[in-house]
Amino acid sequence: MPVVHDEIDERSEVFAANRSALLQLIAEHDEQLALANAGGGEKYIARHRSRGKMLIRERIEYLLDPDAPFLELSPLAAWGTDFPVGAGVVTGIGVVEGVECMISGSDATVRGGASGPAGVKKSLRALEIAIENRLPFISLTESGGADLPHQSDIFIPGGQTFHDITTLSAMGVPTMSIVFGNSTAGGAYQPGMSDYVVMIDKRSKVFLGGPPLVKMATGEESDDESLGGAEMHARVSGLADYFATDEIDGIRLGRQVMRRINHRKLGPGPSGPGRPPRLDPEQLLGIASVDLRVPFDPRQVIGRIVDDSEFDEFKPLYGPSLVTGFAEIHGFPIGILANHRGVLFNEESEKAAQFIQLANQIDTPLVFLQNTTGYMVGKEYEQRGIIKDGSKMINAVTNSSVPHLTINMGSSYGAGNYGMCGRPFGPRLLFTWPNAKTAVMGPTQLAGVMSIVSRQSAESMGRPFDEEADASMRAMVEEQIERESLAPFMSGKLYDDGIIDPRDTRTVLGIALSVVHTNEVRGRHGTGFGVFRM
Amino acid sequence: MIQTMLIANRGEIACRIARTCRRLGIRTVAVHSDADATALHVRSCDIAVHLIGDAPADTYLRIDLLIDAARRSGADAVHPGYGFLAENAAFADAVIEAGLVWIGPPASAIDAMGSKVRAKALMREAGVPVLPDSSVESLDEIGFPMLVKASAGGGGRGMRLVRTAPELEQARADAEREAQSAFGDGTVFCERYVERGRHVEVQVLADTHGTTVALHERECSIQRRHQKIVEEAPSPAVDPALRARMCAAAVAAAERVGYEGAGTVEFLLDADGGFAFLEMNTRLQVEHPVTEAVTGLDLVELQISVAEGRPLPPEAVDPPLLGHAIEVRLTAEDPDADYRPSTGTFHAVELGEQVRVDTGIDAGSVISPFYDSMVAKVIAHGTTRDDAIRRLAGALRDARVHGPTTNIAQLRRILAHPEFVAGRLHTEFLDEHPCTTPPGSDTAPTVPLLAAALTLQARNRRAATTLPGVPSGWRSNPAVEQFVELAVGGAEHGSQHRVGYHLGRNRSFTIDHEPVAAEVDVGVDVDVDVDVDLHVDRAAPSPAHARERVTVVVDGVRHVLEVHVVSSTAGGRGTGGATVYVDGPGGSVTLHEMERFPLPGSTLAAGSLVAPMPGAIVRLHVSVGDHVAAGQPLVALEAMKMEHQVHAPADGIVAEILVAAGEQVDSGQVLLTIDDTGDDTGDEHGGAT
Repeated sequence: MPVVHDEIDERSEVFAANRSALLQLIAEHDEQLALANAGGGEKYIARHRSRGKMLIRERIEYLLDPDAPFLELSPLAAWGTDFPVGAGVVTGIGVVEGVECMISGSDATVRGGASGPAGVKKSLRALEIAIENRLPFISLTESGGADLPHQSDIFIPGGQTFHDITTLSAMGVPTMSIVFGNSTAGGAYQPGMSDYVVMIDKRSKVFLGGPPLVKMATGEESDDESLGGAEMHARVSGLADYFATDEIDGIRLGRQVMRRINHRKLGPGPSGPGRPPRLDPEQLLGIASVDLRVPFDPRQVIGRIVDDSEFDEFKPLYGPSLVTGFAEIHGFPIGILANHRGVLFNEESEKAAQFIQLANQIDTPLVFLQNTTGYMVGKEYEQRGIIKDGSKMINAVTNSSVPHLTINMGSSYGAGNYGMCGRPFGPRLLFTWPNAKTAVMGPTQLAGVMSIVSRQSAESMGRPFDEEADASMRAMVEEQIERESLAPFMSGKLYDDGIIDPRDTRTVLGIALSVVHTNEVRGRHGTGFGVFRM
Repeated sequence: MIQTMLIANRGEIACRIARTCRRLGIRTVAVHSDADATALHVRSCDIAVHLIGDAPADTYLRIDLLIDAARRSGADAVHPGYGFLAENAAFADAVIEAGLVWIGPPASAIDAMGSKVRAKALMREAGVPVLPDSSVESLDEIGFPMLVKASAGGGGRGMRLVRTAPELEQARADAEREAQSAFGDGTVFCERYVERGRHVEVQVLADTHGTTVALHERECSIQRRHQKIVEEAPSPAVDPALRARMCAAAVAAAERVGYEGAGTVEFLLDADGGFAFLEMNTRLQVEHPVTEAVTGLDLVELQISVAEGRPLPPEAVDPPLLGHAIEVRLTAEDPDADYRPSTGTFHAVELGEQVRVDTGIDAGSVISPFYDSMVAKVIAHGTTRDDAIRRLAGALRDARVHGPTTNIAQLRRILAHPEFVAGRLHTEFLDEHPCTTPPGSDTAPTVPLLAAALTLQARNRRAATTLPGVPSGWRSNPAVEQFVELAVGGAEHGSQHRVGYHLGRNRSFTIDHEPVAAEVDVGVDVDVDVDVDLHVDRAAPSPAHARERVTVVVDGVRHVLEVHVVSSTAGGRGTGGATVYVDGPGGSVTLHEMERFPLPGSTLAAGSLVAPMPGAIVRLHVSVGDHVAAGQPLVALEAMKMEHQVHAPADGIVAEILVAAGEQVDSGQVLLTIDDTGDDTGDEHGGAT
């Protein structure tokens, strides 16, 4: 079996520089995670605890099978905005009673768990992943509803939450809501639309209108318990299916539900446990370029993430700027497309289109390892039809129906982002290394293009060109583009599903592959054509 | 010549008798109750006969059934062991009448020694020194403190120590009742009590040709509730001259009653070297192995030989005294909880290879509440007493006894106690030095807790069917640590600890939320097959009872521990219920994995009093509506032949009584409920509670 040959020199300057810079970036990312984990801050955490409540991540910890993994998604949502990092919501994929589930819950220490625009986006992304992968959905509900001053950004998109919960249900994927606190007004439809509802004595409050609103509307005097307490819903309204005595008991009941959903994955299981790579994943920190102008061989990455470091390369001699081939991760077969030396030429584009068709023919998921500056420009390439070839690749990526998983290892620029299954092309999951950048083009190139355009414009209008202003404009634009292309920025905008430590790539892909196999894995074939040889 | 021996007993002594029979080529017949159907003694014999029922009175005490069993199994001899019918003259008669060989003294000797009152009278005649007692002397002559003793039986049952006159009546009544229940004879008498006396006894052996010899003495001063738990030979308090005098007195005592076979004459030795006859046990003693060790004899073989009419061999007539031997009795009881008996299944019983082990249990044995709590004996033989102590202590340190709570920790502490090591023994030793778990020792045992947590997580990962290859507890955002809650020691008097851990790249451990000091390295022993449990080696193949070896390095000290996990529930997802036995050079710790999700309602209503152990209700001291004071005894419960009281935890009124006298109850069963006396509306209790 072909095993990736180790070509990494740990003593090289490049390795050392990459490693120290990446460790720095990881530390910075950890700081941002700490911010997200700190929720609404000490004061609100203390108040939350004084009510005998667990924090959202503690609830999740109890809910999960002991020592099973948890892949938290979009932890840096709302990064760089006026909203707190994490957007006051925690979402992620975890194992409950042996079932991989999508878990979603508000952080009640952040504005009482009220959803802001980024929180809504994050919740909807979680639901989207649940729908695409048929993951049972567990909501740990405690939310004051919409963050009212921002209602215009929440009301319309947020409605989709309830739509998606019942969509899942109709697909035959169970949904559950464990109500830890307030779930009122619109939020009441969270449990309302769920297949299973657990409410907690004296904690759950689920009503459309609270006592003040009822008083205003009808003059009726009422209280929280009679309007929406757990006992009322368990005994009278029937909204609650399970009545829990406290938070831990609520989680116990939630686990009890998951134990009985008769869960069956539609996709095949792994071929086996999958041997760990022979090459040391720790070295990924020295391989990933922090200076994105320095290319690196993706085979050295592949050798550190796939089972036994075994990689069967397809068409290695043709279009060598794109590496394609087959491997397994945690026993799941995959096809890999990985950029080498950044640029996608005509041959690389055609190779990709052919390889994607082959993977579809054999129902094999695809992993895209991005490090691309985009499709080649220039007279020669335009004349050889780079647009046509790039379009073939983008067409293939778009219409491929096997699951796609994307890792941005470095750069993801221009249409290369599209061809390599960036966010707009709907990979089931997309993760970013901390050194990665995503933009229409590199900051220098972009500023340079703008400068050339304005110089031409000045020339054509006969105006003198202000070199000084141009320089400062270029600096400003470069700085802005650089900032907006960084990993935390992309994460903040929900353009990825999270930033990961490169050393965790194999684990993340292993979880992701198991997740995508919860749904049927079926390629686009039987269309009347065979695979086109490109 | 005896061909087939019926062993009218159970437990370790039945196994021990079978061992000698097997060596001698004698076929063995076991008898067993329902509960003992798969007991080790049954498996140690060639043939087994079922005695239907559980209670000793229905089974091991049924002379008719035993004779019938011997007849049906073709036995030509009966060995009674000790306890049960060993000192029952009627049984001896019945055996002989049935034409079988009785391995024991003549019924007349049993009879003579069976009543302590009568025996003492005979000893007075024979010139053997005795303590003043109420059969001859007045209470004033006896003086306080005095001991109320049952005339019949032995083993400390029906015995009460009385220090002042007002206690006497109650003590007499209690002793009479206990004696009646245990031996069917409620006769008790009062005897002078010697403070700090030593229990020294002499093994005697007599053949049918008129030869009676003494096989030196044993000291059995370490007792709890008048039951011996550590015995040794020779006694550190006996010099050759004293030995000669005591042995002569013992031979005189045996000859006075026409003794044949093996017997023991018990003396009380005071601080001045004076000794007095206590009683004679007309049977093989529990502690006979220490005598066997120092004399090189097999007492069971000699019993058989005497019963077959052979004269004593020369090595028994002039027995050597070689080195020093110490025996400890392993009992299924909890010295930390007032010697409460424990029941349940043993999952491992390994008591050492450099020592003699006489056991009635092995892995899988179930301890039922019906019989004696002693399950095994460990005997070490050394050239000197110190040598024997160290060998025995080493064996107990390396022992693996996994299952119901035993006294093994107490035995370890006794052997390490400076007073014991110095040989300063007396019968109140354990009152002065309880050797129970010292107070303040509920500090978290860091290394065993870590080893248990690591093993449990490894087992969880091994059992995982979803994402099995992913590292244990992997988190993309390690915000909250993984944890397991473990109770150390018994469920009630133990302490509970939370072990938190992250096993990712930045490993960290906490115990009760405090970071574990210094570096903890769990990656020393690398598991070969799965990378998730890098720190645990599987030592045994069976996943249900797998033993793991765990290496934990704390403060630079490498600890290799053996961890044995026993799950009470099959197929659980690691959410509690496992019992974890951690053994290492630092000793053994038993940990209970707390239920992560206790079922609501599994906690008791306030004021409920539960049975502390399985047993039978002997008496109810109170009725519904009674006012009770804290500490007042409410219910008497009999388990493992001992009577236990359930006391009121606080002042209150008896609201409900849920059991009746004679009823068999399970451990944890609610016996009665008490309303506290905080308010006067005492009649509000009812269905609503």
